Amino acid sequence: MTEAGREPRNPVDAYLRVDRMPSIWCAGCGIGTSVGCFIRAIERAKLDADKIALVSGIGCSGRVAGYVRLDSFHTTHGRAIPFATGLALANPELKVVVFSGDGDLAAIGGNHLIHAARRNIDMTVICVNNFNYGMTGGQLGPTTPLDARTSTSPYGNYEPPFNLPRLVAAAGATFVARWTVFHLRQLERCLAEALVRPGFNFVEVIAHCPTVYGRLNKQGQGVDGLRYFKEKSVVKNGADPAEADIVLDGPVMLGKFVDIQRPSFCGNYQQVCGKAQKSK
Amino acid sequence: MAEAAVLQGQFFITGDEACAEGAISAGCRFFAGYPITPATEIAERMARRLPLIGGVYVQMEDEIASMNAILGAAWAGAKSMTATSGPGFSLMMENIGLGVMLETPCVVVDVQRAGPSTGLPTLVGQGDMMQAKWGSHGVYEIIAISPSSPQEMFDLTITAFNLSEKYRVPVLVMADETVGHMSEKVVIRPVKKEELVERRRPTAPPGKYLPYQPDADLVPPMAIAGEGYRFHVTGLTHDERGYPVMTAEAHQKLVRRLADKIRVNRKDIIRYEEVGIEDADVIVCAYGITARVARRAVQQAREEGIRAGMLRLITIWPFAEGRVRELARQAKAFVVPEINYGQIVLEVERCAGGKKTVLVPHMGGGMHLPQTILETIREAAK
Repeated sequence: MTEAGREPRNPVDAYLRVDRMPSIWCAGCGIGTSVGCFIRAIERAKLDADKIALVSGIGCSGRVAGYVRLDSFHTTHGRAIPFATGLALANPELKVVVFSGDGDLAAIGGNHLIHAARRNIDMTVICVNNFNYGMTGGQLGPTTPLDARTSTSPYGNYEPPFNLPRLVAAAGATFVARWTVFHLRQLERCLAEALVRPGFNFVEVIAHCPTVYGRLNKQGQGVDGLRYFKEKSVVKNGADPAEADIVLDGPVMLGKFVDIQRPSFCGNYQQVCGKAQKSK
Repeated sequence: MAEAAVLQGQFFITGDEACAEGAISAGCRFFAGYPITPATEIAERMARRLPLIGGVYVQMEDEIASMNAILGAAWAGAKSMTATSGPGFSLMMENIGLGVMLETPCVVVDVQRAGPSTGLPTLVGQGDMMQAKWGSHGVYEIIAISPSSPQEMFDLTITAFNLSEKYRVPVLVMADETVGHMSEKVVIRPVKKEELVERRRPTAPPGKYLPYQPDADLVPPMAIAGEGYRFHVTGLTHDERGYPVMTAEAHQKLVRRLADKIRVNRKDIIRYEEVGIEDADVIVCAYGITARVARRAVQQAREEGIRAGMLRLITIWPFAEGRVRELARQAKAFVVPEINYGQIVLEVERCAGGKKTVLVPHMGGGMHLPQTILETIREAAK
């Protein structure tokens, strides 16, 4: 319902660069949904948005940095995490968020992903996984399931994908979760929880890509993608991430897989500095 | 606490160590790096010193990460630096370009060794001079300076920070293995606050601030993360708001300014030293460790009655084009020794107005002998 003479306003608009809308994302894409969840999570977690620094890499999800009304950095392909590491270490007061895609974070940026998890840098990494490189027209990526068709696996993918929760958990992430863009409330709550935790938090957001990956794999329109997530998802909080492999057209395991505490880089570093200064 | 930890006095230290001390004196409190000969000692010194003075040392997983970490740190308000050598310098190139595009102040030290590839990791080279200018893709201008001694590793690292803060551009310290590893007396003088340049901050309030609206010198004031400006920056071509604009017109406007802010301010940026230049008709143009060898050769040439002089380049990029053109009027010939197969000599030749320009090459792994340069001076004087 709209009041006469007044533009309808979405409550998330205050956090968006509405002057840049419409976004570049295709009709039916899941990325915008994940951004909505993220913004509602900021509110839910009662964060001071002025203190958030959001960093993206390159690709469809890499464009998130350009649409949020936050201090935001659209960097180079794969390098959002080391850029964010510099922000987080140089000013520990900042709430540092990396928002990017699976190809950006796990292929070209894969080395940075595991090392940031190992160091336990205080940041939240939101990885939108749509199983392909959408921006460049649907090539195979590090998360493309075996047998899936992409523009560079026209006869079916013959290389096994990363199970991202398992990868980052093994590397040392202290919070690891996965939801889909169908699970709005769960994703919002999950992000709100991650955003206030210390250490390295990783949230994988499974999204559909009706324009390329979905089309090539006969997964239908955006709404069919959501139906798939609704019907095929299995929520299993606390499950071993090793069980969370994704196979083509198979079930998708969701939930919070890892929630542990261990000293963060900043905490360790400050301790060492204190000791070094005393013994000087 | 922080200020007391800045060293003062006379020290017998290597160029690499002096570089680290210069950075600290300039206010650098963030170092991200990856071990590589012959630059490792800079990281080691920073790892020992920064924890004592409230700074951050982080050893990244590679040089790509190191470069990005110092960019991020700069946007969090820190003065930041990394140090590397050829192979790592190659890895940093893409994100030096990001630094240029986002207009991020930071300092990158390249202690050059002999390449290509792994080459001679422990031995001197000057083969990255053109890479310093052209190494990242696209159209841009960069600032690069070349120290000739451990003392200059200290002094010019401070200069590098000042230039980077002033012009919001990564500044490259193009050292070499010999300068980095040699030990000499280094005077660490008290550096006054007034000597240090700090990036210009926005005067407009959040909401009114345009991140890429330049001042008269073509440099825009810089907000940092967490202050409420809610700015956006991108490696895409962008307008004054920092928003991507995918047109040739926007690109023309932005890229021209990025280059011009260096070009129009070149008088302020370019530094050089001249030795016996007044009546010289054979002018040796050299930089880095090679300039010290050349100095001896010029001296010997003078003793033989040859009117030789030296133009020592301190700023390499932007190139001291105007000065070389002036000197070309009086010179019979230019002699350019460098530890590569001809890089800066191309610039000298370009500005030499047709005067004879002779390269004295050395493929790396060692320095020229003064004798080799002297012989070329003699030939050129004929």
